[in-house]
Amino acid sequence: MDLNKIFDSISFIDGVKLNSEANIIFVTSASLLAVADKFKNDVNIDFDFLMCITALDNGDSKNFTIAYNFHSNKHNHSVEIRVVVTDDEEVPSLANIWKTADWHEREAYDMMGIKFYGHPDLKRILLPEDWEGFPLRKDYKVADYYHGVPIPKDKSYWE
Amino acid sequence: MTSIVKSIINSFQAFPIDPFLLAVLAILIPGIIIFLIMAVNALIAVYFERKVSAFMQDRLGPMEVGIFGFKGGKKFWGGIGQTFADAIKLLAKEDIIPKDADKFLMVLAPFIIFTGAFLTFVGLPISDSLVISNFNIGIFYIIAMSSVGVIGIILAGWSSNNKWSLYGAMRAAAQMISYEIPIALSLILVVLVSGHLDIHGIVQWQADNRWFILHSPFAFLGFVIYFISVVAETNRTPFDIPEAESELVAGWMTEYSGFRWALFFLSEYANMLIVAFVASIVFLGGWLSPFQLIDLPFIDILPESWLVLDGTIFGIFWLFMKAVILIFCMMWFRWTFPRLRVDQLMYVCWKIFIPFALANVILVSIWELIF
Amino acid sequence: MDTTLDKSIVNIDEMVLNMGPQHPSTHGVLRLKIHTDGEVVSKIEPIIGYLHRCFEKHCENLSYEQIVPFTDRCDYLASMHMDHAYSIAVEKLLDIELPERVEYIRVIIAELQRIASHLVAIGTFGLDVGAITPFTWTIRDRERVLDLFEALCGARLLYNYIWPGGVSHDLSPKFIQRTQEFLDYFETQIFEYNELLTGNKIFIERTADVGVMPAEVAVNFGVTGPSLRGSGVAYDLRKTQPYSIYDKFEFNVPVGEGTMGTVGDSWDRYWVRMVEMEESIKIIRQAMASLPDGDVHAAMPKKIRPAKGDVYSRYESARGDVGIYIQSNGKNVPLRLKMRSPAFCNLSVLGEIGEGWMISDVITILGSLDIVLGEIDR
Repeated sequence: MDLNKIFDSISFIDGVKLNSEANIIFVTSASLLAVADKFKNDVNIDFDFLMCITALDNGDSKNFTIAYNFHSNKHNHSVEIRVVVTDDEEVPSLANIWKTADWHEREAYDMMGIKFYGHPDLKRILLPEDWEGFPLRKDYKVADYYHGVPIPKDKSYWE
Repeated sequence: MTSIVKSIINSFQAFPIDPFLLAVLAILIPGIIIFLIMAVNALIAVYFERKVSAFMQDRLGPMEVGIFGFKGGKKFWGGIGQTFADAIKLLAKEDIIPKDADKFLMVLAPFIIFTGAFLTFVGLPISDSLVISNFNIGIFYIIAMSSVGVIGIILAGWSSNNKWSLYGAMRAAAQMISYEIPIALSLILVVLVSGHLDIHGIVQWQADNRWFILHSPFAFLGFVIYFISVVAETNRTPFDIPEAESELVAGWMTEYSGFRWALFFLSEYANMLIVAFVASIVFLGGWLSPFQLIDLPFIDILPESWLVLDGTIFGIFWLFMKAVILIFCMMWFRWTFPRLRVDQLMYVCWKIFIPFALANVILVSIWELIF
Repeated sequence: MDTTLDKSIVNIDEMVLNMGPQHPSTHGVLRLKIHTDGEVVSKIEPIIGYLHRCFEKHCENLSYEQIVPFTDRCDYLASMHMDHAYSIAVEKLLDIELPERVEYIRVIIAELQRIASHLVAIGTFGLDVGAITPFTWTIRDRERVLDLFEALCGARLLYNYIWPGGVSHDLSPKFIQRTQEFLDYFETQIFEYNELLTGNKIFIERTADVGVMPAEVAVNFGVTGPSLRGSGVAYDLRKTQPYSIYDKFEFNVPVGEGTMGTVGDSWDRYWVRMVEMEESIKIIRQAMASLPDGDVHAAMPKKIRPAKGDVYSRYESARGDVGIYIQSNGKNVPLRLKMRSPAFCNLSVLGEIGEGWMISDVITILGSLDIVLGEIDR
């Protein structure tokens, strides 16, 4: 099934837009759950694999994009959908539909600070629990101290 | 035949010595002999195991450390001094006791295991006329003393204040106590047939008839059950779940280092030697030479001079040969098989070995009555 | 007779066991928080992050050529696959046509790397179960593959060999002949492994029916690679969405059939790896038979400066489906690079399939999933 047909199946949902040159479907966070539901349960689409959730910073750390990559084993087609959110908005979690989303969303929260509501246990996964800041944001500044140990900023004497 | 203790007492009685001092001597000298046997056995067995395991794994084992003029390097005996070096290192190591561990029990545990092995050697004859102390309940004493070691393992695991050691200790307790039953049931077979509990009577019976393993197919089955059960009893793979390296780091021995760990190791190899000895004595004819077995009355295969290979010195040699072959088999198992899970281990003991061993007792008696 | 425990009289506490970051069997620095009731596990929680080296943040400051050694270090047991996956993603962005010789060399190297990685997986799996000897044998054979790689590019483990646009060096002079010798020798070795480990009754008892992963659970958790194929799902990117020149070769995709127990148990996952090694041998032989000539540096761009755009490219590595997401804004440094590692999803399924088994089985299941912490934590 090609991209246009997939888009036609979900075009009845509000806020769904197709970007034909980039081959990406843009979705609002309010309509994400409806789209996910259709993807999982529609027999012709049947996206049983959620391959990857990528969190992208749109440049100013105020707007973020979350890219979801889906794949269907039976029909052998894939699609990428994107959700654009601002800093304070919360995105619905897909962890109840695809369990892959559980750890991927934790990583997106850990690295970019995007919050997912409805997630079973949203806490940091790669960094220690008490880390401050979200490293992959473009405006991330490394803290000066971590647990009393100074983090060196001037590396000229060893490089 | 007299035992070493009795002969010491007899020989020194000519001198005007205080009887208390005589008693002390009579205890001390055999004690030193047994300790020497255990220590030398551990040294040789560790080297043997490392070389055997290395050759099975397509590598060479210890090659560098030489001793007494045997230089390290290319020849395959290159690493002969390795165990000496390891022993010296272990003795010189720092003694670490974890902060919240039960100090008294932790210090006590290795000695209990060591004592269990030590006491068993007291009743074990090495040859026709060499035994520390002549018990007339030989086999019974040996089975009883082998059971003392379990307490040491449980204490070691408990006192370390470490969840992993506790797991190892609990598994060891279940395993070692359960497997003593098939061992005892297999050893009863020979007592039934020969009518003697003491070791000399058993070997005498085998000298008069034939080696017990050839007595009947059920006796052979008894040997198989006995051998596998002692592999379980000494915590060797495939039954080494209490000290499973890949799961529990080192099981109940995790918190031990230095000399205490060396004591554990000593006891493990001493236990292996004991069970190999007992198997050789009970099933394989002890200190009898195999040529007697092959010597048929009407065919003259062997030259006359070979039949003279009996007697004290050669008896020791035959006994050790058989024990070494059995120890090699135990080491062979360790490097070939994966290990059994705890519940599978217990299943094998209670649902397979014990019924078979019980049935064996009855069947061997029936065989003995008929033939 | 009612044998259920009366909880008002007997108080059973759950024990929380920490299979800590340092453990002989956790395949790296992984922490497993296990709640147990005696020996039976009631809940497992994997805690990762001990090997996090900020790979994705580094990539935002490195040029595209400089990223290749960093991808090596993600999955250090299958570095060629990481290089290859990244190079394919960048080539999609740049829209480069590669010379035939480069593609053939890449396939040969990738399949040799698959053999080496599976050897480690099988050896360490045997070690977890208690069989120590197969580990030394598989490592010995892996050394021969590593010798081939060392003659090729000078490194034994982290190669920096497959670059976007080509490979760094052409094949060394006797490479083809030495590989032929290795393959002939290796086929007899597979027979020995099957003798020692695969058909061993104790091994079967430890692994068959243990850690059964039904196909729906596997797919829902995003498990890919041999762990998924062990559950009966025939999903191999080299067949379903062939990249490079894999559509020119004939090979089978082994799928777990529950030969020794249920479909999807640990024995099936192990068996799939064993058979995959044999399939890799087939592919290498076919590739070496028709290796064309050419210049391996012909299509290498002088400076990698892709146009603005995004790409998500997928690759079948030894552990599963590696996804590389690159967002480019026209500079010579990527704006965002994300690596979706297969072991990340494979590990998350442990919490689901590990419950209700004993501690010994948890180790077995973890070993059969074949994880490498380097790519989980990046």
